[in-house]
This record gives sequence, structure tokens and C-alpha cells, in this order.
Amino acid sequence: MFSHSYHLMVRIKLVSRLPPVNDHAGEGNILTAIRPAVEAKGVTRIFRGTGQDSVRALDNVSVAIRENEFFTLLGPSGCGKTTLLRLIAGFDYPTDGEIQLYGQDIAPLPPFKRPVNTVFQSYALFPHMTVAENIGFGLKMLGKPKAEIEARVDAMLKLVHMQELKNRRTSQISGGQQQRVALARALAPQPKVLLLDEPLSALDYKLRKEMQIELKRLQHETGITFIFVTHDQEEALTMSDRIAVMSAGNILQVGTPWDVYDHPAERFVADFIGETNFLTGMVESAGNGQARIALRSGAKICATAAAGFRAGGNATLMVRPEHAKLVKGRGDLTGTIETIVYFGTDTHIHVRLDEGDVFMVRQQNSRSASCGFENGDKVGISIGDDAAQVLKD
Amino acid sequence: MANRFDVRRQNGFVSVAMLCFFLLYLPIATLVVYAFNDNDSVVIWKGFSLRWFHIAWNNALVIESSIRSFQIAAVAAVLATITATMAALATTRTKPYPGLTLKYAFINQPLMVPEIVTAVALLIVFSRIKIWTGYSGLGYLVAAHTAFCIPFAYLPIRARLESMDLSLETAAADLYATKWKTFRHVTLPLLWPGILAGLMLAFVVSLDDVVITEFVKSGGQDTLPTYMLGQLRRTVTPEVNAISTAFLVLSIGIVTAFFFISRKRT
Ligand SMILES: Nc1ncnc2c1ncn2[C@@H]1O[C@H](COP(=O)(O)OP(=O)(O)O)[C@@H](O)[C@H]1O
Ligand SMILES: [Mg+2]
Repeated sequence: MFSHSYHLMVRIKLVSRLPPVNDHAGEGNILTAIRPAVEAKGVTRIFRGTGQDSVRALDNVSVAIRENEFFTLLGPSGCGKTTLLRLIAGFDYPTDGEIQLYGQDIAPLPPFKRPVNTVFQSYALFPHMTVAENIGFGLKMLGKPKAEIEARVDAMLKLVHMQELKNRRTSQISGGQQQRVALARALAPQPKVLLLDEPLSALDYKLRKEMQIELKRLQHETGITFIFVTHDQEEALTMSDRIAVMSAGNILQVGTPWDVYDHPAERFVADFIGETNFLTGMVESAGNGQARIALRSGAKICATAAAGFRAGGNATLMVRPEHAKLVKGRGDLTGTIETIVYFGTDTHIHVRLDEGDVFMVRQQNSRSASCGFENGDKVGISIGDDAAQVLKD
Repeated sequence: MANRFDVRRQNGFVSVAMLCFFLLYLPIATLVVYAFNDNDSVVIWKGFSLRWFHIAWNNALVIESSIRSFQIAAVAAVLATITATMAALATTRTKPYPGLTLKYAFINQPLMVPEIVTAVALLIVFSRIKIWTGYSGLGYLVAAHTAFCIPFAYLPIRARLESMDLSLETAAADLYATKWKTFRHVTLPLLWPGILAGLMLAFVVSLDDVVITEFVKSGGQDTLPTYMLGQLRRTVTPEVNAISTAFLVLSIGIVTAFFFISRKRT
């Protein structure tokens, strides 16, 4: 499953590495390139319930989202993603902290004055209007002349491939088409920032994959900053320029898909994104972003580590299944094969370690040979110098 | 669709249903039939005639009180519907808070307090006001009718608002619509069927009222129902049947028209 989407990610990445469309080519210096489009500064949102209980939906969140980037908020349900989007859109206000749009505090602006548009999870299309009227709504509210609205609506219809359905009612089109109309409607007024709250979650698998590519294309063609919300780690990895991983009202880590997948800062991030093996051990020596860890099995391995780890402390290590290798004979770890699961592109081999935990290894398949192991085999697991990462708990 | 548990297959269903229809519609059918009676009696049939319709049509008091009824109903229904729409918006577009239930009760008070109590209370208050101001026009009836029509307009409008997706209004605000434009372009068009239903109900309820009208009206302010009530105290002729029949046809016409208008809107 995963490796399939990983290929997709590589393909999309290639597309997005094309030179960006830049209106201000002359002033394209480093300053404008890293200018944040949206910046949250110490934002807290507390929902006061009835009586004493209150929910801290966002807890002192700070994050800077760059201009023109595809930024994803990733986290389990209830971690505060929608709350953060609503604060940016202006449907709700922070209990504490500040949200800036291009360096300006937007607290005094009501939602209809913010150059920010939203694609709602439920689409929220106006049922009493046609597809074209829906798409033109924002421009009409802005008081644009009729001719301009019509031209823009036509351009948007073309952008999302919906020209034929322009005069349909929104109740007479399919879910995927409604999704496209919702996108076109939010893009039509050319907002500075587009907010997308789990826009693909209502679609079936195949359509979702199609729309993922479509969204990447739209972001690229329009050059608008996208803030995309999802609880699907695969979707986040395949689509984003950068990802913020959230948990219980906090942002745990912000980084490229590669950062959060291969260099997760915390156990939660490593666990939430992709499949992971966790090992425990003692730090023998640390420094320079590297650490030597003595595992419980007695083996010693090298791992990358953030600053702050000292020799003598306990440590949790993370090893991705595809970064470990099964060997016949002794490796860094030893154990017995419990299950072998064939996935087409690769094979997952679950090994019961001698210490008792289960460790999973992922092997690429080839046409000519089987994986070379059988259930019950005594095997070793070898962990390369660059395969492990020390985690904060 | 006719499965084993279909209520139509239960023993006795058909007879009970027939009995209900019979009891509901027999009096109305009798009333309509005797409107065409060529006799002075409302119970002894003599022959077919349009005589009583002719008499009613030429009775200035009937025409006058009918016009008054429609005037009061039209103004009261519109005022009640506007008030009810505002009340419905205020009570649904908010988070529940202590005291909200009390407000529901307050708005729907005319449904709960016996009409005769309201009627007596209004009689006392209005007679005072009439003395103070010297004004004794139709305003009192319009005010009273507006008040007791509000809950009838309020209920369908509120039902419609509660079933409306709130994210539509959020989406409008997101797309640069101010509060007023959101109301004008999103809320109001989606609310129309509820508003029309409320307007229709309020109109019919006002047209129909006897008790409050009887107590509040000044001399010479009979509405059609109070005029007919007055007639009953004297000899009853099929003229009353004829007026009722005309009224019945008219109400059915109004209800049907509203039904089709609101269906076209959705
Ligand atoms: N209007 C609200 N009133 C009370 N609690 C809320 C409200 N909105 C969200 N919450 C709470 O805040 C937390 C975060 O919610 P949300 O931002 O919707 O999460 P997510 O979108 O990540 O699933 C949840 O615990 C939720 O119950
Ligand atoms: Mg959410």
C-alpha cells in the first residue's frame, strides 16, 4: 500500500519542482521567497463547556506558512486542525495569541474581509444556485462587473473541467463534481490563501487519488498558498511541500514529507506517519547529531539524534521497516520469523525478537526469486548506520 | 410495497378509516349540500337553487364584513410573519443558553393560554386605550390578530431554519458576503418555503378567529365569522350555509395556491 503512494509522491514531486510561476520575477529575492503568508503566534483556543470542563483545542501554537506552498496540517481526529483553519478564516477567534496574514494582524477583520477562502468538508454548495452561480458568488459579493464575473467563471469551469455542467443545479451532479465546484468557487475570487478542510474524505479511493493529483496541479497553476487538512498520513506525504504534525492541540513537528518520515522528532510523529519499529536502549555517546546506542540485545548501533541527548540516558529508537535488512546468521538483532505477508511490490516479514517484541522488515520483491525466508526461520536483522533515529518521548 | 406489516392489511383498518372520514366530512358535505337548498330551512330539502348565494351576495353586511376579514387577515399575517421570521432567526442562529426555552414559551404563548383569557385581557386593556387615545379603528383588531398569529407563522419557519445547513451561511461569509448579503442571497431564498407556509397559516388562522375578535371589535367592526355568529342568534337560513361554502372554496383555493408557489420555490 504505502510504497505505491510513495511512487506517486515521487512523481508529483517531480512536477512541483518545475520553476514556479512568479509574478514578481524582478523582486524574487530571498526575502520574498521565505515571506510567510500566514503566521500563527502563540495561538490558544479554549472552548468553555457547560460547568467546569473546558477543551484546550489549540495550545500555544506557533507556525509560519510560506507563500505559494502546499502546507498540510496532519493529525488524528480532534487534534485541533479544523479549529486552526476556522481561526485563519475568521469563523472563530483565538482565546490568546495572534494570527498574521502577510505580517498583519487579522484579528479585526471579519471573515468576509479576509482574502482567504475555504473548501468545506461538506462542500457547502448553495442548493438554490446553479454550478456557475455558485462559482461566481464570491465575485458577485465583491461587486465585480457582470462581464468580469462571467469570464472568470468560465475560466474556473475550464480549470476544473466542468464546462458542460455549468447550468446544472448542485443537487444534480456527483460527489466528485461537487468537490470540483467547491474548489472552483473558492478559487474564483483569487484568494491569497486557500483553506481545505479534509476535502477528499468523502470521496472513494480512486476518485480521491485523482483529486490529489488534481489539487497539486491547481495549486501549481494558480500559485495560491494552500493550507490542507487531513488525518490521512499517506495523503499528507504525497501532496505536501511541508507538513505540520499535530496532536492534542499542539504542533509537534513541521517539515518536508521527507523530514517527518525519516527524521521524526518525537515518538508520536514516528508512530503516526508510516509504519515503524521501536527499540529501547542506552545512550553510550552522543554529539554532532549522532549517537551510539547500546540495545538491550547487547548490539551497538549508530543513530541520528537531535541535540539534548546525553550519554547514560535511556533512549527510544526508531527504525523504518524498509531500512532494516534480514540476514541469515547474526545481525544487530536476532529472532524468529512469525509471519510473511506478500504485498505485490514488497513483502512484510514479522520477526519475533529474542527479547520478545515484534520487528517488521519490508523487502522489495523481485520477479525471479521468493523472499528467501520461511516461517520459523531463525534470522538476524541488520540495521545500517543511517537507518535509526533517536526519538523524544 | 404492500408487505405483511402494511397497516392497510390490519383487521378493521378500512372500517375505522371510513368512519373517521365519515365523521370528518359528513357535516361539511351536509353544509355544502344545504347551501343549494331551495327552502328556508337548513334541514328540510326542497330542491336545487342558487337563491341563497344570490341573497348573501346582495347582503351589504356580508360583503362588508368579508372585506374587513380579508383586510385584517392580510395585514396581520404579513406583520406576524415578519415578526416570526425575526424571532425564528434569533432563536435558531444562536447557541443554546439558559432562558432560551423561556423565550420559546414566550413566543408561543398564544398557543398555550386559553383564547378566552387573552380575549378578556385585551378587552380590558384596549377599552382603556380607546378612552385615552380616542382612537377606535381597526388597529386594535390588527394588533390582536398579529399577536396570536405569530406562533403559527413561527413554527414552520423555525422548522425550516433548523433543517438548514449552517455551513452555507459560513460559506457565504467566507465568500465576501456581509451579514445582510448572506441573509439576502442565501438564508432568505432557502427560507422562502417556510415563510410562505407560515404566512398561509397565519392568514387562515386570522380569517377564522371568533373569540378574540368578538371581544376586541368596536361597534360596526364585524368580521365575517362574528357576523355569522350574530346571525345564528336569529333565525338560521341556508344563507349561512352559502356564505360558509363560499368561504370553504376560497380557503381551499388559497391553500392550494400557496402549496404550488412554495413547491416551485424548492
Ligand atoms: N465549538 C466547539 N465547542 C466545544 N468544543 C469544540 C468546538 N469545536 C471543537 N471543539 C473541540 O476541540 C477539539 C478540536 O476539534 P477540531 O479542531 O474540530 O479537531 P479536528 O479538526 O482535528 O478533528 C476537539 O476536542 C473538539 O471536541
Ligand atoms: Mg476537523
